[in-house]
Amino acid sequence: MDKYNTLTQEIIDEIKAVSNHVFLGDAISPDYERDEMPIYGTHKPDLVVQARSTKEVSDVMKICYEHTIPVTARGAGTGLAGGCVPMQGGVVMDISQMNHILNYDLENFVVNVEAGVLLKELQEDCITKGLMYPPDPGEKYACLGGNVATNAGGMRAVKYGTTRDYVRAMTVVLANGEITHFGATVSKTSSGYSLLNLMIGSEGTLGIITELTLKIIPAPKATASLIVPFTDLQTALSAVPKFKMAHMNPQAIEFMESDIVKMTENFINKTVFPKEYRGQDIRSYLLITLDGGSQEDLDQQIDQASRLCFENHAMEVFIAETPTQISNAWAARSAFYEAITDEIKLLDECDVVIPINHIVDFLTFVNKIGKDLGLDITCYGHAGDGNIHIYQCSNEMSEEEFMAKNEQFFDVIYAKAVEYGGEVSGEHGIGSSKMKYLENSIGKTNIDLMEGIKRVFDPKMILNPGKVCHRL
Amino acid sequence: MNICVCIKQVPDTNRIKIDPVTNTLVRKGVPSIINPFDTYAVEMAANLKERFGGTVIVMSMGPEQALGALRVCLSVGADEAYLISDRAFGGSDTLATGYIIAGAIRHIEKLEGIKFDVIMCGKQAVDGDTAQVGPQVAEQLGLPQVTYAADIEGSASNVIVRREVDGGFDLTKVQLPTVITVVSSKQMPRYATYATRSDAKKKTIHVLNSAAMPEIDTAQCGLNGSPTRVVRTYTPVVVKNGVTVEGESAEEIADNLIGMLDAKMLL
Repeated sequence: MDKYNTLTQEIIDEIKAVSNHVFLGDAISPDYERDEMPIYGTHKPDLVVQARSTKEVSDVMKICYEHTIPVTARGAGTGLAGGCVPMQGGVVMDISQMNHILNYDLENFVVNVEAGVLLKELQEDCITKGLMYPPDPGEKYACLGGNVATNAGGMRAVKYGTTRDYVRAMTVVLANGEITHFGATVSKTSSGYSLLNLMIGSEGTLGIITELTLKIIPAPKATASLIVPFTDLQTALSAVPKFKMAHMNPQAIEFMESDIVKMTENFINKTVFPKEYRGQDIRSYLLITLDGGSQEDLDQQIDQASRLCFENHAMEVFIAETPTQISNAWAARSAFYEAITDEIKLLDECDVVIPINHIVDFLTFVNKIGKDLGLDITCYGHAGDGNIHIYQCSNEMSEEEFMAKNEQFFDVIYAKAVEYGGEVSGEHGIGSSKMKYLENSIGKTNIDLMEGIKRVFDPKMILNPGKVCHRL
Repeated sequence: MNICVCIKQVPDTNRIKIDPVTNTLVRKGVPSIINPFDTYAVEMAANLKERFGGTVIVMSMGPEQALGALRVCLSVGADEAYLISDRAFGGSDTLATGYIIAGAIRHIEKLEGIKFDVIMCGKQAVDGDTAQVGPQVAEQLGLPQVTYAADIEGSASNVIVRREVDGGFDLTKVQLPTVITVVSSKQMPRYATYATRSDAKKKTIHVLNSAAMPEIDTAQCGLNGSPTRVVRTYTPVVVKNGVTVEGESAEEIADNLIGMLDAKMLL
């Protein structure tokens, strides 16, 4: 087990000498103790630095390295796997104040940002320039540094890929405080190990990302969303692979069942989706977004997608094509998580990813296990890429009973996911919450390789201890 | 029941930013949308048509760009669409706009050979926020007006408008023909289906200019016909003078707040 030192007044004074943005004791907001899933444990940091520059991060890291003080990097704290919780106390390095969009390079189609810029801010800024930053995780108020640290995916991954596909280069502060740069503003590379790609998805365990060079693309000229109702989920999901077979490339294909749509509409106090069609109850929906280089291109895609939906037993195809209609169509989908957490006292979630031909069987299995254990199960997700969000909920159980049932549930469904060739997390990351399941999934050999890599980057194991592959 | 719905294409005000130096709107990259309240007016008209039969005609005054907005309305319940477009109409204030729209409505009635029972507008456009054009159209046409309509109850011969007012609703009975301005509601307007969208794409949108409507006096249109003058546009200074009331518990915070208000003799 790695041993850490506690902060002494001398070390605090050293940190204060290099940073004017230090918080201690009661001045530390309770927000720093947790992410959005406090169920995985909370812990108060001993000191928080709200860094404003790479140099400031570097200066503080040098001190922490010298004294073997654990350091946990944090952005907006919107994670769902306990990734930014300082389980060993020590220092939280908050980069959310490093929030400037630095410059665009429109010859190479990249933008340089500080890691604390919010996803929402970059997306909106790009739109005003006729550009698009394609990764579109549900949480728009997350920091881009956090998106990169978890390789966040989101709604558009089916066409455009995940955050990883849009990181060209980054500035990183290493555990010993050294500042280095990974990657370059180029489209291809065959230049040794990809340290850039090691950093992506490393959840603050290998280094602290302070600046990013992100790939952007020209914004599509025309966009529309199709709301496609079905009598049952199986029929809805069976339609999904047909899009690829028809050479169609939707930006997003989400699936959702009527129960969660109703719950969310109640939460946002808006009626967004039709609930019945010609006297028949709608049980599930596909929400599909298409984009094109011109209105004619989009019209042709709408025609083709609609015909394909009807051939696969869609009850109707509703089309949202004005900006207001599209944002309304996505309003419920975007609020699912908030709606669930608003109504449910005890919940846990996972974001397992399954080969898409097994989604239906897997969900049938998940619902049965949930029922056997007395857990209420709510699922939705990215039908186009097999990433499913499963929520285990209870308003009746005691916390102890819930935690016990929940663990049984995870053990069984993750084992099933592995059996189907799936992965533990599609986009939320491992944090402290999914380490056991990661090891079960990828095996000891691979976990040891990961831990070995961490030890090379971080010999004193001070960066975000107890996360991903680092067993305390 | 024959209904004319007046719509306006506006910049998406949720996306608009003000240039802090020039005090003008930054419109680049800001999409145009159908004024949100107008979409609820189209929905209400489509509902009334389903209940009472008749025709829904949608019209908009604006540049050719508004054709797309009209076509969307055709896909969600409107039967015909008219674009009122002429350089002479550009720059009209609400008085001139009300005059032109009223004239165009009379002209459309002649062309279609019908009389409108209801003229509908959104309660206001989100770009100008005046809420004046609907009432001005009613005045120009000499019709009664019912503003802030959330729903229509009763029957075709006994129209009762459920009006949104502070703290509740009131029910107003109105004789037809009338002008009704519409608020938003919890039920979002319907989406086009594949079939209604395809049908809408095949329809012709009628375009009327001032030459086609000689009864409209162009001297009363555009900048010349508009008595409104914008003297200055500016961003109001945001004054942040809030006070944080602190305390150990909710009760203590409430007590402290009462104490502060009491000290200022506000209670």
